[in-house]
Amino acid sequence: MPEVITANRLIDGIVVYLASDGSWAEDLALARVAVTEDEVKALESEAAKAVAERRVVGTYPMAVAVDDGVPVALSVRERIRAAHRTTLTEDWYDVPL
Amino acid sequence: MYRYDEFDHAFVRERVSQFREQVERRLAGKLTEEEFRPLRLRNGLYLQLHAYMLRIAIPYGVLSPRQLRQLAMIGRRFDRGYGHFTTRQNLQFNWVKLVDIPDILAALAEVEMHCIQTSGNCVRNVTADPFAAAAHDELEDPRPWCEVLRQWSTLHPEFSWLPRKFKIAVSGAVEDRAAVAFHDIGLRIVRGPEGENGFRVFVGGGMGRIPYVGQEIRPFLKKQHLLSYIESILRVYNLHGRRDNLQKARIKILVNQLGIDKFRQEVEADWEATRKDAVDLPASEYARIASYFTPPNLTPRPIKDDGVDQRRITDPAFAAWLKHNVRTHRVPGYAIVTISLKEPGRTPGDASSDTMDLVADLAERYSRNEARANYTQNLVLPHVARADLPKLYDELARAGLATANSELLGDMICCPGLDYCNLANARSIPIAKEIAKRFSDPKRLEEIGPLRLNMSGCINACGHHHSGNIGILGVDKKGTELYQISLGGSPKDDATVGTIIGPGFRAEAVPDAIDTIVSTYLANRLDGEDFLATWRRIGATPFKEALYGAA
Repeated sequence: MPEVITANRLIDGIVVYLASDGSWAEDLALARVAVTEDEVKALESEAAKAVAERRVVGTYPMAVAVDDGVPVALSVRERIRAAHRTTLTEDWYDVPL
Repeated sequence: MYRYDEFDHAFVRERVSQFREQVERRLAGKLTEEEFRPLRLRNGLYLQLHAYMLRIAIPYGVLSPRQLRQLAMIGRRFDRGYGHFTTRQNLQFNWVKLVDIPDILAALAEVEMHCIQTSGNCVRNVTADPFAAAAHDELEDPRPWCEVLRQWSTLHPEFSWLPRKFKIAVSGAVEDRAAVAFHDIGLRIVRGPEGENGFRVFVGGGMGRIPYVGQEIRPFLKKQHLLSYIESILRVYNLHGRRDNLQKARIKILVNQLGIDKFRQEVEADWEATRKDAVDLPASEYARIASYFTPPNLTPRPIKDDGVDQRRITDPAFAAWLKHNVRTHRVPGYAIVTISLKEPGRTPGDASSDTMDLVADLAERYSRNEARANYTQNLVLPHVARADLPKLYDELARAGLATANSELLGDMICCPGLDYCNLANARSIPIAKEIAKRFSDPKRLEEIGPLRLNMSGCINACGHHHSGNIGILGVDKKGTELYQISLGGSPKDDATVGTIIGPGFRAEAVPDAIDTIVSTYLANRLDGEDFLATWRRIGATPFKEALYGAA
């Protein structure tokens, strides 16, 4: 199953994904997708480097579906994380994305 | 309320500067996350699903207007303009940045607040009756004792590394409004054989994966021995409590494995051996602390007020609010007002910074500078003159804070669940909102009567589902959220753990299931029977048949 690497940004805790250009993006659509074992290993070693450089914390690989080349979260938990917001419904307070 | 002395001020300021330095070292790479985590948790800082979360202690739920305004400021400046009141009478900010935490802690210290002991395996924020010093059924104000326990337990060297977290609640009233029986130690102030007040001590209650109602370890403890006796309970737990299994490390497991009689023997033996040397509180120190809790000097007023009576007749919404959210005060002519944070459509327990500012203003103008947070995630104004009720109601109603649902089905306890929490398995907030929508008709709520509905998004039970008359527990079943319903729980004097009624429901089916349960109750109840009484009389079968069909 295709995978991406996700984490929380150290400085503010916001959910991020390791992107194709090597940055950590808030948008899951920009995440680099790994399919083969070697690709997953490469992502993991880059993630370990980012932890050492204090850019992110709590990295882990997460399974995704790839829809038209774009990674999409599968579990409810990861869908909520990818949405960067809470109740997935209109709320009385305005939660800026 | 309690005012910091020089020692408290110096101690909290020192903690802030220590943590400032620790954050700097983390950001500079001198501390790894593994090294930093225990330090941040000791200051109430968690890393949750979307961001860092800061849990602020509100000792025994008491808030001054100055503190509320500072919390509002923190919400605006460092978060997204709102916070979440919890079932431990605490406040959580959900979107704070690591780099801002030292400034937030400094802002809290300015108003005598902090985040110490809101996390970790120590004695957590001591909770109390939210109607303390106002309730007509109160024997004695529990708050000075909570403050005594807070000071005694803060950084207590023997009890800083307990097997697990430890929760204490104190009530000084006849009615239990603090869920005392569901605490590691529950204290009820009672009248003793010689007419003096003392403590009835319960031990081993708790929620979580394995819920227990606390058991009585001592029917009467003289007040002056509180610290030495609690110290003995904690010492026996600290020595014998399991540390190998997180799920089995709470005192409730130890008490139930040993049996209450054996546990009592151990505690009494330790107490006999140590109490002569133990530092029980000198009467003068108790008097010093208690002096901070001198109730406001309220002059009795006429109980009847024409303005209130007229409005009650002409305005049904006001009449409903009066009936459900306003309680009798012990001083004639005054009332205790519950400010509902459960307007349908809102996240239960959330309060915007504007709300916090407004409640601060209202506390100043109508409630002798006091507000409270209760464990059911609402706010309370404890000392309101009855004649002021119409004006207060209008101001609350304008802000959407006058929903007349206190202790009714709409007054749900709801944990943050999978919308915020890293431990959660399922969402709870959207389910609560859907249920609130289904039961938004005040007439229907009124017809149903008192009903406690509690919901948790995982087995840790922060949403107290075990003690709900109706309890909902979200679980993860193969990647799908599933909701187990239990019935018959109670957090009060007749404390009971609810019974799981059958297989779980998918999210979209939960409001229908609650509707079916409520309809079954209404069809079966006798005159004057509340939900719990009907459940206890007719048992599970009619509810099971209604939910799942006849077997």
